[in-house]
Amino acid sequence: MAAIAGQKSRLTWAVNISVVIMVVAWLIPTVGLLVSSFRTTDQISQSGWWDAAFPVEKAFRDRIPGDGETQVDGKYVLTGDLLTNGQNAADLKSGTVIKAFGTSGIKPDKYKAGEVADLGDGGTLVVNKDGSYTATSATSFEGSGPRVYFVADMPPAFTLSNYKEVLFSDGMGQAFINTLTVTIPATIIPILVAAFAAYALAWMEFPGRGLLIAAVVGLLVVPLQLALVPLLRLHQEVGIGQSFLGIWLAHTGFGLPLAIYLLRNYMVGLPRDIIEGAKVDGATDFQIFMKIVLPLSFPALASFAIFQFLWVWNDLLVAKVFLPANDGSKVMTVKIADDLLGSRGGDWGILAAAAFVSIAVPLLVFFSMQRYLVRGLLAGSVKGG
Amino acid sequence: MSPILQGLITIVLGVGGCVAYFYASNLVLDKVIFPPKGANPGRNINRANMVRPWLFLLPAILALGIYLAYPVVGSFWRSLFNRDGSQFIGLGNYEKLAGDGTFRQAVFNNFLWVLFVPALATFFGLMAAQLTDRLKWGNLAKSLIFMPMAISFVGASLIWKFVYANNPTIGLINAVRDYFHLIPVDPLQIPFWNNFFLMVILIWIQTGFAMVILSGALRGIPEETVEAAVLDGANSFQLFFKIKVPQIMPTIVVVWTTITILVLKVFDIVYATTGGNFGTQILPSYMMQYMFRDDGRATAVAFVIMIIVLPVMIWNIIQARKELR
Repeated sequence: MAAIAGQKSRLTWAVNISVVIMVVAWLIPTVGLLVSSFRTTDQISQSGWWDAAFPVEKAFRDRIPGDGETQVDGKYVLTGDLLTNGQNAADLKSGTVIKAFGTSGIKPDKYKAGEVADLGDGGTLVVNKDGSYTATSATSFEGSGPRVYFVADMPPAFTLSNYKEVLFSDGMGQAFINTLTVTIPATIIPILVAAFAAYALAWMEFPGRGLLIAAVVGLLVVPLQLALVPLLRLHQEVGIGQSFLGIWLAHTGFGLPLAIYLLRNYMVGLPRDIIEGAKVDGATDFQIFMKIVLPLSFPALASFAIFQFLWVWNDLLVAKVFLPANDGSKVMTVKIADDLLGSRGGDWGILAAAAFVSIAVPLLVFFSMQRYLVRGLLAGSVKGG
Repeated sequence: MSPILQGLITIVLGVGGCVAYFYASNLVLDKVIFPPKGANPGRNINRANMVRPWLFLLPAILALGIYLAYPVVGSFWRSLFNRDGSQFIGLGNYEKLAGDGTFRQAVFNNFLWVLFVPALATFFGLMAAQLTDRLKWGNLAKSLIFMPMAISFVGASLIWKFVYANNPTIGLINAVRDYFHLIPVDPLQIPFWNNFFLMVILIWIQTGFAMVILSGALRGIPEETVEAAVLDGANSFQLFFKIKVPQIMPTIVVVWTTITILVLKVFDIVYATTGGNFGTQILPSYMMQYMFRDDGRATAVAFVIMIIVLPVMIWNIIQARKELR
């Protein structure tokens, strides 16, 4: 018995460890992107995002400011702080620790912080960890301090500058609004159309019903690619052209098979007694639909709405074809794929921030409404096939 | 008019129009065309009830007809014409495709995608579903593996571009290579294998989908079958592969075919990573190359995709009809 129990717990360990490995593997790419989006391009090129929480070592060249020298014990003395008074002050944040310094570029880390460097002719230089320095000389500095090289540990730093730049100067802000403008009507409009049709297919008897259901199932898998050329032409002929109206209509049409299919599967499962009872009481189909079936189908409606929302929000193909190609109407996926990847291909911080702006809303929707999404997936794929 | 305002108006018109249409058409049917009074009230009620389903279905049928059914025919028809649609060239576009090396490459690559992506995504999904099933933190783990489903293909491509980056301080793969003092490589430019690096992106996205559905199916397995097997001394592996997997086989097939169909449609990943260069072209991205430039050829490619999807479509319809009976 003991042996079996031992095996059991070993197996549990193995299961736990494999799931941890899998979750980490699935999560790492996204985490990398998130971390990178808060780092400057400078930092990204100096160290991997996995080192972002650790200080980065960087070498600097500086010249000690020559003004404000004082005389102490017959020597000329310059004091100050390299972190705030030096030429690199803009790059150095509080918390930077100077590890070593030197007086020539050949050995910038010749002296440890706090040691006394010999400047020749009786001059000395001390640079401390906190950046404060003291330079002495037998003769006046005459307004020009000695050159100094130093190696500093830059504390980990995160910035929102990528997001600012992406949203306000790269046009992602406008693209975000465009995506929202495309997504919301394209999510709402198909729902009612589909719900009425689903009700007819689920609860009304008429010849050709089976055929229609089969047609819906068939249309579920029609590749969108087929629709692009003929529909764009049709839109151009009736005067819609490439416009927001065009893309709303297109997404409505493309989303309908799934909507009808999901809703019908759900409505068929509603209790027969309620609907027949209402019919006996003299309710019309329209009343039954509006007052009984629609409210009861809320979970299915929510599932579909989430699907459609994610699908339209994340879509690139339909947006590329049915929206005008000018800058003012680009949605985020098009903006990233066509503009940013080309013009800012090497600008990793900007790319990461742009990607995160575009996936933030779907992630939010996903995590807050996961229950409905899972339910919809199960209803759509397992029951019907 | 600003697009936002236009959007709001469209929502109001769309939803309001829908309700108004259904309400008014039912009213007209019951009060004007077939009123339940006059000479034959009974016959009128029956007739009204025969027409009503079609009132409910009409908007959906119109939209489906225009946006999905018509394009199948329209695309095929357009593919028989030349670049600008002025001249009928029969199967000329298809002949051109057959003679194009890039097209053949795209077909071959697409074949690889169809072979590997559904298989691996289903496999990982099944593993994740089974392993997380009894875990205390199983739901959290599932949530995290499922998460990529919410990310756009473009976003996912960008995420993985970071992983694949040539620079060892950006790309994880090259960071590992750097650690072992190997020279950095660009995974997306290694001939043949770069296809697999792109497939990883879609597998990463679709595993969550497979996991959710298969985990639902695993939960639906009758307890008795599992208990009987345990009593007969089956170990965990036998239990899984000989008892559970056969019982959820139909669901596995559904997941497999759903992902297969998806693979044939996704152009975003190739478009946003390599743009079809370095021998990574697949059919959907190949089609986009000709979209707007040579509609004849673009529709011909689309129709080729349709023909590949057709068997799955027919199989789906047969299954659905079986269930209806």
